[in-house]
Formats: sequence, C-alpha cells, structure tokens
Amino acid sequence: MLRLPTFQLHEPASLKEACALFAEHGAAAKILAGGTDLLPNLKHEIYDVDHVISLAKLPGITGFEMQGHDLVIGALTPLAQVATNPNIQKHAPALAQAASLVAGPQHRQMGTLGGNVMLDTRCQWINQSYFWREALGFCLKKDGTVCHVVEGGKKCVAAASNDTAPALMTLGASLTFVSATGTREIPIEDLWVADGINNKSARPGEILTEIRLPLRDHTHHGAYGKLRERGSIDFPLLGCAVRIDLDDADCVRDAAVSLVALQARPLLIKGVDALLQGLKLGSTELDQAIEAVAQLAHKKCKPLDNIPGDKDYRRRMVPVYVRRTLRAALDGTGPVHHI
Amino acid sequence: MAARDQHGSGAPWGAEFKVVGQPHRKIDGLAKATGSAVYTDDIQLPGMLHAKTLRSPHAHANIVSIDVTKALELEGVHAIITGTDLPINYGVIPWTPDEHALANGKVRFIGDEVAAVAAIDEDTANAALKLIKVEYEVLEAFFDPREALAKTEPAIHEQKPLKDGSSRGNVSKHVKLEFGDVDAALASSDVVVEHDYSFHGTTHAAIEPHCAVGQYSADGLLTVHSSTQITHYVQRALARVLELPEAKVRVIQPFLGGAFGGKSDPFSLEFCVAKLAMITGRPVKMLWTREEVFYAHRGRHPMQLTYRTGANKDGKLTATDAKILIDGGSYSSFGLVTTYYSGQLLTGPVDIPTYRFDSTRVFTNKPPCGPKRGHGSVQPRFAFEIQLDEIAEKLNLDPIELRRRNWQGEQTKTVNGQRITSNGFMQCLDLVEQQSDWKARYGKLPDGRGLGVAGSMYISGTNYPIYPNDMPQAGIQLQVDRSGRVTVFTGGNDIGQGSSSMCAYIVSEELGVDLGDIRVIAADTDLCPVDLGAYSSRVTFMVGNATIDACRKLRKQICTAVAEKWEVEVAAVRLGGGLALCLSDAQKTIPVREAFQWAEARFDTLGSTGSYNTPTLGGDYRGGTIGASPAYSFTAHAAEVTVDRETGRITCEKVWCAHDCGRALNPTLVKGQIEGSVYMGAAEVTMEDHGINRFGLHSGPSLLDYRIPTSLDTPDIEALIVESIDPEGPYGAKEAGEGPLHSVIPAIANAVYDAVGIRLRHLPFTPGKVLAALEEKEAGQPAGTAS
Ligand SMILES: Cc1cc2nc3c(=O)[nH]c(=O)nc-3n(C[C@H](O)[C@H](O)[C@H](O)COP(=O)(O)OP(=O)(O)OC[C@H]3O[C@@H](n4cnc5c(N)ncnc54)[C@H](O)[C@@H]3O)c2cc1C
Ligand code: SF4
Repeated sequence: MLRLPTFQLHEPASLKEACALFAEHGAAAKILAGGTDLLPNLKHEIYDVDHVISLAKLPGITGFEMQGHDLVIGALTPLAQVATNPNIQKHAPALAQAASLVAGPQHRQMGTLGGNVMLDTRCQWINQSYFWREALGFCLKKDGTVCHVVEGGKKCVAAASNDTAPALMTLGASLTFVSATGTREIPIEDLWVADGINNKSARPGEILTEIRLPLRDHTHHGAYGKLRERGSIDFPLLGCAVRIDLDDADCVRDAAVSLVALQARPLLIKGVDALLQGLKLGSTELDQAIEAVAQLAHKKCKPLDNIPGDKDYRRRMVPVYVRRTLRAALDGTGPVHHI
Repeated sequence: MAARDQHGSGAPWGAEFKVVGQPHRKIDGLAKATGSAVYTDDIQLPGMLHAKTLRSPHAHANIVSIDVTKALELEGVHAIITGTDLPINYGVIPWTPDEHALANGKVRFIGDEVAAVAAIDEDTANAALKLIKVEYEVLEAFFDPREALAKTEPAIHEQKPLKDGSSRGNVSKHVKLEFGDVDAALASSDVVVEHDYSFHGTTHAAIEPHCAVGQYSADGLLTVHSSTQITHYVQRALARVLELPEAKVRVIQPFLGGAFGGKSDPFSLEFCVAKLAMITGRPVKMLWTREEVFYAHRGRHPMQLTYRTGANKDGKLTATDAKILIDGGSYSSFGLVTTYYSGQLLTGPVDIPTYRFDSTRVFTNKPPCGPKRGHGSVQPRFAFEIQLDEIAEKLNLDPIELRRRNWQGEQTKTVNGQRITSNGFMQCLDLVEQQSDWKARYGKLPDGRGLGVAGSMYISGTNYPIYPNDMPQAGIQLQVDRSGRVTVFTGGNDIGQGSSSMCAYIVSEELGVDLGDIRVIAADTDLCPVDLGAYSSRVTFMVGNATIDACRKLRKQICTAVAEKWEVEVAAVRLGGGLALCLSDAQKTIPVREAFQWAEARFDTLGSTGSYNTPTLGGDYRGGTIGASPAYSFTAHAAEVTVDRETGRITCEKVWCAHDCGRALNPTLVKGQIEGSVYMGAAEVTMEDHGINRFGLHSGPSLLDYRIPTSLDTPDIEALIVESIDPEGPYGAKEAGEGPLHSVIPAIANAVYDAVGIRLRHLPFTPGKVLAALEEKEAGQPAGTAS
C-alpha cells in the first residue's frame, strides 16, 4: 500500500478552534472532511502539508435544514444522505442525482458534499504517485515547470471533476465560508477560478460550513447526466446538470445548463434561458430549442486531454448528454447514466 | 513416458458418486469469509524488517553508478542491495534466463527494479529510497513492437546471434510452422477472408498485491513465504540465484488473493527478501503497492494479427494462415511458450485442414508480458472466430452451423499433431443455441441489439514440464491417522480456484471420510511432494489423478484389513459416508475410523503417495510438445449486446457460456470459474487497457484508472456445464479455469456486427471506435477499417 506522509493531525471540537488552527497554519494545513480526495492526494505527495485539520468532531455542520425560502445543507453531510434526502430529491433533483453518481457506494458514505465542492482538480499527469510523476519529469501543478496537456502552456488546465458542482450552479447555490476573521457568503459561481492549480477563490483559513439552495416548487425540473466508463467508481468524463422551471401554463420560465470535467472550472452555459424561455412543454419549438441548446453547449465546451479518455469523444458527447439530460429533466427520468 | 496409472472415469465404488458432482463448500471458504485466513501480508514475525524497491524512472538506460551511502546512514536502515549483490540471472523458462532480481547494469522499462532497502518500517525504507543516487545513461527506448523489430540497435537484450551470424535484434522468439500446403489450399478455396486484427494488452489485477517474507535461520535454512502460484519454480530459482542447495530452500504459499497467471514467474521481491534476510539475519517482508503490481505485469501480450482463412461453398474450411507480431515487453518470462501457444492452440474445436502460423515476439521497453488466463491463445482466437463469422456470412450460413460442419470430432488428431480425446463442443453449441433462443433471434433483433457466437478449446496442462525431467508432474502424499482424519500433502497451489478442496473431495469419495475430517496441506516445499504449480489449467487433471492414485493404494490396504477381520471378500468392502460397510452383510458396519485402526494394526503406520505424469504426446517436430495436452476443454459462447448508435457504447447484456470441463467434480466451483472467465474476458473487450503512454509510463497504474469491471458492469451470465467425461481425467474431469474466457471476446465482436453491422477488429472496442466505424459504414466505406 502507498503510505501517507507524516503530518500532525488536529481534531478540533469547535468551529472556532478549527478556524484558529487553520489561521495559524494557513497553506501548510489541509482540511479533512471525508478524506476520499485528500488522502489519495496526500499519498501521491501532491501537497506539502504538515498539518491536517479534521472536521470529524465538529458539531452541527451536518444535515439539512429549512430556513425560510432556503434549504441549507451542512458541508459535512455525507453524499449518500444528499442523494437520498426526500427534500433534496424534490427541490433539487439534479443535486440528488449528481450525488448518487459520485464515486462508489463506500465513497459516498465517507465523502461529504462540502468535500465534493472543494474537490481538487484532476489530471492524468498529476493524480499519480511521486515515483510516476518524477519519472515523467513532473508538471506545472506540482514540482515541475511544464504542462503535458497544453504544449508550452503556462497555466494548469486540470479539470474540475466534482459531480455536484454543476448541479449546484444550475440551482443558484450559495456557500458560506467561516474563518478566524469572519463569515462570508458567496454565490457558487464566484468560487471558481480558471486555474487548475487551485480552481477556487477560497483562501487557506476559510472553512466551508453551509451550502444554501433556494427552495423551488413543483414547477422545477432538474436532472444530471454523467458520462463515465464504468457503472460506478469512475470520476466523470463529462458531467451535465440542467434546470428547467416552468410556469403555470407549462411554458419554460427559466433554465440553466452547466457542465464539468472539461477544464479547470465548471462551466455555466450562457444564453440557455433565452433559447428556451416561453416555449411550451411538448411543442416542436421546444424540441428544436433543446437541440439548439445542445449545439450551443457543443460550441462552448472544449474538453482537453487533462483527464483520461479521448477528448474528441468527450466533446462529441457534449450535445448528446445536454440533450438527453434536458429531456430527462422534463420527463422526470434522470439521471442520465449508461447504467 | 506413459501416464503412470489410468484410473478410469467411473465412480470408485460402482455406479454412483457420493461426493463428486455435488455442490460443496470450498474447504477454506469459511476461513476466507470470516477473515481468519492468513495471507502473506498477514505474517508478522519478531524482529521483522520491511523492504522497499527502488525502480527505474527510465524506459531504457545503462546504470552508470549507484551511490547508497546517504541512504545507509539513515537511522533504521539495515541493509541495501543492488544488482551486484544478486548477479545471477534467471527466468521461469530455463532457455531464456534474461532476468535479474535487481538490474544488472541496465534497466529496460519504467519500473524495472534497481535496488532494495530493508529498514525498521516501510516509511524508513521509502525515505531511504529517496536518498539513493543513481546515475543513468539514457538509451533510445522502443514502445512500438514494429519499431523494435525494424531497428536492431540499441538492442534491449544482448543475445547470441542467429546460426547464420545475423543479429537477433530485438526479437525474443520466432516460430514458424506449417502443416499441409496452405497456399495451394487457399488458392483453390471458394472464399477467402483476410484481415488485420489487434489485441491490446491487459493485466490480471488480482486483488492481493504480491508479497513475500524471507527468513534465514542460523543453520542456513532459507524460508520464503510468497504469494506465488508456483512454489516449485520459485524454490528452484531462489536456490540458483542465492547459490544455496535446493534442499536448504523452503517456499511456502500462504492463502492467495487471486493470481490469474500474474504470480507464475519468480519475482524480484522473492529474491530481495531472501537476500536481505541473509544479510541482516532478520525476517524481511516486502509488499508491493498496486502500482508496483502493474509494473510486475506479466499480463496478456498485445498482438497484431493478420489472418487469412479459406473455405469452400459447402462451408468446410480449407486453410488458415496467420502472421502474428507479439509485443513481449522487456523480458522473456514465459514468452517462448506464448509464441508457440499463439499458433499451437488454435487447431480445434473446428478442424483446420492446412495451417500455418508465423509468430514473432519482440522485446519493447514496457512492463514484461507473460501468461494471463488463456495464455497466448486468447488473442489468436479473437481473430480466428471473427473470421469464421465472416465466412459464415459470405456463404450465407448460420455461424453455429458453420462451426458444426467443421467440428473435428472426438478421439482424433489436430492438423498440428495434437491428440484430442473427449470433445463436447457440439453439446456446447447446442446449449448456447437453445438457451439464447438463437434460431428465433439471431439476425432478427431490432437495430442496435445483436447476438454473436464463438467457440474455443484449451489445454488441461501440457506434457511440457518447463525444465526437462522424467519425474512425475504431480505428486501427492496421504497420511492417515487413527482418529479417522486424513491429511493430504500436495504441492498444488490453491490460488482461489479450489484445488485443495478438489483434493479433499477426491479423498472423501475414495476413502469414505467426511470432508470435515480431511485436512489439506498445500504448497509448502518442505512438507509436500512436488507439483509443478497452478498454471496451464493443469492442477485438477494432474493433481486430481495423483490423488486418486494415492487413495487407491490406501484403499487396498484398508479394505484388505477390514475384509480379513470380517472374513469376507475384499470386493465386498465399501468405504463411504464415514463408514466401512459390507455388501454381503448389512450387520457389518463400522466407522471408517475403526477401519483405519484395523488397517494400521495390520499394515503399520498408514500412508501413501500418488503421482501423475502425462503420456507421450505432441507433434513430432520442434515445439510439438508445447501445447500438447492430455485432454482439451471446449467452450462455446453466445453473447447478446446492445450498441448505442449515438454514444457508441457497447453494453454486453448477457452471455451464455457452455463449457465442456469433462466431469464437473464440484459444479459450483466450475460455474464460478465460468462466470469469472466470462466477466474477465468481457471486460477486456470494452474496458481494460494496460496502456503505456508516449513517455513510456504506464497510463494509469491504479485500480481507478485500470478499469476492471464492477458488479454493475458485468453482464448476466448463464454458466452451462457440458460433461464429456474424459477417459484420462480424474473421474473424467478436464479443466474449467481458463477455457471459458477465450471465445467470449469474439462472441461479443460478432454480436456487435449483428447489432449494427460493423466489424470491429481492433481491441479495445471504445465508443470512439464504434462511432468511427458507424460513420464509415454510413459513408459506404468498407466496414471495419477503423482502427
Ligand atoms: C476512487 C474514487 C472515485 C471518485 N469518484 C468521484 C466521482 O465520480 N465524482 C466526484 O465528484 N468525486 C469523486 N471522487 C472524489 C471524492 O470521493 C468526492 O469528491 C467526495 O465528495 C470528496 O468529499 P470528502 O468529504 O471525502 O473530501 P475530502 O477528501 O475530505 O476533501 C476534499 C478537499 O476539499 C477540502 N475540504 C473538504 N471539506 C472542506 C470544508 N468544509 N472546507 C474547506 N475545505 C474543505 C479538503 O481540504 C480537500 O482538499 C472519487 C474519489 C475516489 C477515491
Ligand atoms: S493540466 Fe495536468 S499536466 Fe498540465 S500542469 Fe495541470 S496537472 Fe500538470
């Protein structure tokens, strides 16, 4: 078995204590939630950290709560619970479906929603052992100077690979970060940065505590589509979340499409609402507009050879998955997954 | 030499079997299920050190210097060894000993072993690895076998020149054999199909990583516990490399977590723990990481295959001509055998009247290939069975009917001189035809869904004992205790396939002892008579026969003693169900324990040995014994697939596999082997790919990136047993461990053709290739040119 490097493990009993520790150690520390991403990455020596701050003993940042017009999910809630919670299934089907397709069953028991939001980017040249990376000659993201995906590239383009990210983006989620200096709430879109080395604007010292979703009524439709090789375990080769809200006349009021496993940040496709708005359920106009959305996504999405899998094929699948996921949302048949 | 004894295929006590043929638990099933089974890595010994291996980051390089000074200074480091400490070469095949435990001046792939450190724990050993300085002179590396073949320099191995003085270059083995006049037969055939095919590389991915523990006693005895599937060869290799008498080397195989051929070579870690134990005087353990297991590899060889097959209008085949380029990776391993197997094992169950194969194995700077379940013959089978489908189509014949018309029959000889005894292939075809509802559905399913069929054969061991000798290939020893307990000592390696259980079933059948009163001590070279190990699907056939042999000798003594006491004919005594019974007098019944005591009193301490050796087999030409088996298993697969025309994804929905295993000694275990083979083979079609990237690095040496199927990815499998009852197998048994893998791959390929009309000839069948082939077809180009 690959060994973990040595580090000091902290198990703070309060959020305050956790924030103080994180403030003290900053970039030399990492937060440990379920550990399903952190531990493999530590074993691969992708991080130089001396401290690991476990959130396991913190009270109160697990579970679901209705707060006015919002549904608030504690960052430490296991994905298995997100996938099966009746309120999430009702108000945020795309999120429930995305959570249900993350990794394998054991990972979903350990892995948390917060950890999934904060998941590091992935690349076939970085998610490998130190020996392997050394034999390669390393890369920009850690220990090296070149990128093996974009020749001559000066920026890491490792892929955001978190399944729940696009779902949360279509749902207009906001995130609460707590640090030693205070609390800030940001729309999830503001979290992402187009840099594979660190694709998030959150700073060391900030702990994600809550994921907040606006409550939606029966007119909300959502779904998640995931392309991967196996029926379980595998990260997305492409992930696609959609939201379609209808009005009382069954016409599209608002819509959003977001994709992941392309580049460093999850992508929200602009202009989807304009293409679909006002069109009636079951009309040929809506069918045509769905195809137009699929083509729009195809134009906007350019997968790279960052994660394993043929990039041309992944690109080809963009319109297919966008179309199928939109239909699944309307038909209530999501997720779109080959199994 | 003739087989030692033929025991017949019937039940030992008359018409009915009592134990054999019934479903039974594996004798070690509960130990495994409850976690009490001790695997190699579970072994903890007082004072034990942990060892780690330094590996080459270069695909091809000379080692200029190694400096271990800094590493030795690290506290907790006990010893460091490099190639100079283990200078003697070895190889599982004695004719190609091109391996060293640690690189001997040269490294040949990324991951090749360079040095080993023993330290107080793994972390210290790992830290020491980072302090070893190695200076390399990097050489040009070959990742493409065609390139390695074309260019002779730099040669990956120094080899003796050919007889005519020319350089062997990077050729590891070349075999060309022709049986009959192939060119004339093809020229006069009504149809000939000719195509290129390719088989990518795959690996075993056994769940237990390789592990070994070495101990060296004060009186000079070396003991190595190892997760090997061939204790005997490891013992021989250790003795050679460590320069110890074989009698001073003991190899023990603890419980094993899967092997599939991937644990058949002697491996670097076995020599390293032994040497480090000898240097430090302490026990030393080495457990490989998953990544290291991928470097150890010995998996299925990538092959580029060109096949021509001819047939006449009546559907009878005329000839097959094969040219195969085999990518061997960096060492020979079993490659000599692989090269022969790539041609020798194709000549059934359909008769090929004239046949030629020309196989060349070349070295490349990649992890070494070796034997994986269906060694050497899965790849050619893939190409050939697709060709049969194409011929059937050209002749407008049902592909099952085509195979029936060409069936070779029983008690016959193949074109390359292999003796065929029992042959249940026709029943296999019948069964998959019925169960898949073939007649009603083949060619008639809706677009995107299809059925395909293929067939194959495989060996039940061969008469090639790896190193030439006249001794038995399998030996057994039985020890009988007056408590009623019988202990079986077998050199056979139980690697999860159930060979120890098989021995117990036979003893129970023969001596009437309850299964619970039989112990099996296996794969310990100090305790057990030699068996050549778990490979080539030889164990049931050979060890089974040896067990019967040993039982019959004991039975004679026991029955004689009982008959004398009862004053009846020996033939009137029966052993069964834990009892000794008298056929002529129902009153005369005693527990078998008492019968053992009578026999012990009459004959002294009870025990017996048994053995098996193959009869003289094989064609009368160089290499004619390689692939010559005392009996062949036969298989037919029907596969049903769906193809998503938009995503290109192939889903194998269901597989019917009918396998002629001779007699099923335990049908549950046979079905387990069939299911395991089918899902392993099916995954090789669409998922598994032991790829090496443009830098010569393994493209993903982990179980995340090397995609073995999960339960969700496994098709429904219907395992169908055909019992042809072989005249020479133990009670008529043959093999079930490897045969049922072969033809699932071409059956899926043929089903894809039925589903969407594209001929895929280049594995793996990725969705991208499917889409490209569909597009070509739409554009009216010849189907199947996509690669
Ligand atoms: C074999 C395998 C397959 C996988 N497949 C998938 C997949 O298909 N899809 C997918 O999305 N993921 C996949 N994962 C990744 C992972 O399991 C999930 O993303 C999971 O949700 C991560 O949650 P966690 O709680 O385990 O995170 P951790 O590993 O604990 O943390 C992940 C990262 O987020 C940071 N972090 C965690 N919580 C917080 C917090 N509250 N505040 C600030 N920072 C925080 C950590 O420091 C770390 O950098 C897979 C992992 C494995 C090992
Ligand atoms: S994209 Fe991949 S190869 Fe390039 S710098 Fe990032 S991790 Fe390294």
